Amino acid sequence: MGGLLSSLYETYQSTLAYTALNSLLALSVYTSLSCGQLALGSAGFAALGAYSAALLTLQAHWPFPLALAAGLAVPALLAVPLGLPVLRLRGVFLAIATVGFGEVVRLCLVNWEYVNGAQGIVAIPQKTAVWMIYLALGVVLFLLARLRGSKWGFALEAIREDEPAARSMGIPVARYKLSMLVLGAAMAGLAGALEAHFTFMVAPNGFTFGRVVDMLVFAVVGGARLYLGPVVGAAFLTLLPELLRELAPRVGIEAGPLRLMVNGLILLAVILFLPSGLVSLPGRLRAMRAARSPP
Amino acid sequence: MGQQAVNGLFLGSIYALFALGYTLVFGVLDILNLAHAAVFMLASFVALVLVSDLHLHLLLALPCTMALAGLLGLLLERVAFRPLRSRADSNVAGLISSLAAATVLEAVALEVFGPNVARFPFGTLPAGDPAHPLHLFGAVVSRLQLTIIGVAVILFLSLTFLVKRTRLGREVRAVAESPRAARVLGVNVDRAIAASFFISSALGGAAGVLYGLAFNSISPDMGRSVELKGLSVIIVGGMGSMPGAVLAGFALGLTEVFVVAHLGGSWRDAVSFAGLFLILVLRPHGLLGAVSPREA
Repeated sequence: MGGLLSSLYETYQSTLAYTALNSLLALSVYTSLSCGQLALGSAGFAALGAYSAALLTLQAHWPFPLALAAGLAVPALLAVPLGLPVLRLRGVFLAIATVGFGEVVRLCLVNWEYVNGAQGIVAIPQKTAVWMIYLALGVVLFLLARLRGSKWGFALEAIREDEPAARSMGIPVARYKLSMLVLGAAMAGLAGALEAHFTFMVAPNGFTFGRVVDMLVFAVVGGARLYLGPVVGAAFLTLLPELLRELAPRVGIEAGPLRLMVNGLILLAVILFLPSGLVSLPGRLRAMRAARSPP
Repeated sequence: MGQQAVNGLFLGSIYALFALGYTLVFGVLDILNLAHAAVFMLASFVALVLVSDLHLHLLLALPCTMALAGLLGLLLERVAFRPLRSRADSNVAGLISSLAAATVLEAVALEVFGPNVARFPFGTLPAGDPAHPLHLFGAVVSRLQLTIIGVAVILFLSLTFLVKRTRLGREVRAVAESPRAARVLGVNVDRAIAASFFISSALGGAAGVLYGLAFNSISPDMGRSVELKGLSVIIVGGMGSMPGAVLAGFALGLTEVFVVAHLGGSWRDAVSFAGLFLILVLRPHGLLGAVSPREA
């Protein structure tokens, strides 16, 4: 039994790790969404975290916890000067400005000889264990759970529902938005730093526009109104390809296109029929059953 | 110098064409249609099938492809946009549903055409006489470049005519201004929105065909390379502004060519995005965008 478990663990170790890493990244997009801001700089923040931590480990031989802390702090600090001008933008403009930021980070890394340009940094010692990623996710979820129902949490909800009204109630809207961007940047940076020390390498093409779109999709599919949503979405969409790989030969479609197709259809179905995401599914089903059989 | 200007204009005309469709839908619905790049890519494949399997002449295949791309746009509007229109967060929801549609379309292309790069058959466009290349202001202009710029200019002019001079164009502009007021005045809002999707996708399709011709490489992920550039073009030009999109499209084409010539190929995209970022921070309404009174 123990042997079976450990062999299962060996096979699915990376899936397990990525479930938690993707959850962290999805949550980093969620923090801004929770006050109604579509900020898509997380791929850039994750890149900054990953590169900072990897360089500190390899070049300065910092102990791992300190390198992780730096991977968390560097993007968080950079989010302040980024957020001050950019958070004045609204809706899709903010989204595009932050995507632009992420691309500039990625393209600068591509052009930076010291970190091997497009090839990236390799042979980073593997210091991340799967439990560390889950510990980080647990801490983040604990923080977000405490936020809910607090003064802070109510302020965020007020900003999300009606920003001018929130402002006129005396809520310092700009400060809350910036804090959530910084929090998201820290989470993305931590995820990047953990990932770099898990996969032995970092390269700029791991932080493309496509990656941040994935994070947004995780958050939306799971449900962007509750902090558990992004985790459910990330877990579901990270485990799904494993299932589809088994299924692909039976339907006669190759695994790659099938995965894309299923992802796209799930996203479309969720946005059309389940706007609050998968986490709202049990409630919706209960409501439907209650409606069908009145007591 | 002159040569780079010609190359830049050539590239810019494709960007401008792509961005026009993007900005048209944004102007009308305030929604970023991320499936636009997928339409661009599929159209390129459709044209390839028409030219190489059905042996259509390119100048006949282009309008056919544009019509098919337009129909795809109608389908997208029906499936991914119309159901969301009454929702409060419709611009973020629309962004995401268009993303979903783009993913599905890319999966279809990947399954039908495979992941490899496809090319137009040799001689799709007459190459001209290599011994006597065309000269224009001291620069060498290929027949291909001339065709592409010509097609783009014809499409710009017909779009301008359509939007400025026809009844449909007036209706589309009215809906862009205010759907509710347009409906009160008797405009069929659903029809105007559907029409702008048709036109937008037809233009995106034309851009796809021209891009496929220009680089002679068609692949399921070719939309990725123009998706973000198209975004930066419409932002820089001013969201919803069609002259702005054309101007910014040419500006991006020229910038890219000059950056590649003077700084090196790997800096091309970095300079473009840094420019986009600066414009957004300094002048969020773009070069030609108007500040709407409700947002100011």
